Amino acid sequence: MNYDWDWASLGESLPLLWEGFKTTVLATVLGTLVAAVLGLLVAMAGRAPGRAVTVPVRAATEFVRSTPLLVQLAGAYAVFHTVDPLTIGIAVLGIHYASYLSEVYRAGIDAVPKGQWEACRALSMTPRRTWRAVILPQAVRNVLPALGNYAIAMFKETPFLAVITVQEMVAEAREYGATHFVYAETFTLAGLIFLAASYPTSLLMRKLEKRLGH
Amino acid sequence: MGDFYTYFFDHLPDVWSGLWVTLAATVLGSAAALALAFVFGFTAHGGGVLLRGTSRVVVEFFRGTSLYVQLFWLYYAFPLLFGYELSPLFCGVVAFGMNYGAYGSEVVRGALNAVPRAQWEAAVALNMTPAQRMRRVILPQAWVQMIPSFTNLLIQLLKCTPLLWLISAADLTTVVQRMRDRTGETTWAYLTLLVMYFVLAYALTLLMNALERRAKARLGLRTGAARGPRPVEASATTAGGSL
Repeated sequence: MNYDWDWASLGESLPLLWEGFKTTVLATVLGTLVAAVLGLLVAMAGRAPGRAVTVPVRAATEFVRSTPLLVQLAGAYAVFHTVDPLTIGIAVLGIHYASYLSEVYRAGIDAVPKGQWEACRALSMTPRRTWRAVILPQAVRNVLPALGNYAIAMFKETPFLAVITVQEMVAEAREYGATHFVYAETFTLAGLIFLAASYPTSLLMRKLEKRLGH
Repeated sequence: MGDFYTYFFDHLPDVWSGLWVTLAATVLGSAAALALAFVFGFTAHGGGVLLRGTSRVVVEFFRGTSLYVQLFWLYYAFPLLFGYELSPLFCGVVAFGMNYGAYGSEVVRGALNAVPRAQWEAAVALNMTPAQRMRRVILPQAWVQMIPSFTNLLIQLLKCTPLLWLISAADLTTVVQRMRDRTGETTWAYLTLLVMYFVLAYALTLLMNALERRAKARLGLRTGAARGPRPVEASATTAGGSL
């Protein structure tokens, strides 16, 4: 190894990476929010009576889940080129992860004992009230740890947003690396920042999982 | 619509070569991942304190830093540091192998732990050597447990191969992107690409399901788990997975 490691560039690129990091976090938080809500709606639609709803919903989730995020992002960006890239990115990330989360919710909803549904019927609750007051509070509790894990996974996939010109952290690292030719330093730094942010979060999630008794 | 497909079918050899690169990256990457998964899974399960600690650190490192960063680091930073230029496909195979190998090692570790304690003890009681124990008793049972999670990881690995486009390997995405640029048919180009990946993913799923059926049949289990959509396992896909 005879490379001249440029320590100064680390300090210089850090503020830029920090700017990008904020976008990364914003995209993760909003993307998770979209995925959490959309995933729940998909899971609920999957329980609709009659195949007219369930079959198309199943097919759509399976399709979204089996195709690459990168292609989905690039495609959406090319088709909706008038929309702000960050908005597109958050929407695509949200839809992509909703397809995973819908399965998690489905399992969570299935885990609510059947007697709970029957009790609601016996009390002649409306379907709306059944979901809101009885089923969802129990299902969401089951689902929380998995949701956190997917949020971490999404966080590590936000660099894909660079493809559609969103200036997240890795895009900043690439740009700075290209202009000053210090790829090694900036990419290493970006990787370490990812590690520093995602590892403690995943430890925290593990603790939460244990507490909820899984 | 017409323009894109005329061009597409006129240049089928390009599509094949792109498909070939994508498949090569998927197959070689998952082979590397499988090997690493077993190495780190075994050491994390049974190694001494030092070995176990090392394997944990490596696994957490490769899971904690984004695959995207790892790939770019290999492609841009590695040549600067060590003076070797790596081909894009090779970079892809190494990065995919490392990243998914780290996830896979958790699957291996979990599956080894899931083999009932009594099976280990019985194998010891029958005076089997450690190698025999592993090969004839533990692995066949652990393997059945591993396959569904490996299927998920394999599909995820396939879905990461378009990253090769960004480091200018001529994979499927690169080829179809080029066709889009030539014809200007954005919607059809991307739709074709999505459908092609979907077909690939589905074919891989069917293949893995057949493998699972065979592994189960060998153990005398004949539950038709291959039916229906692929199960999603939160633990296999994420950093905090406890499996």
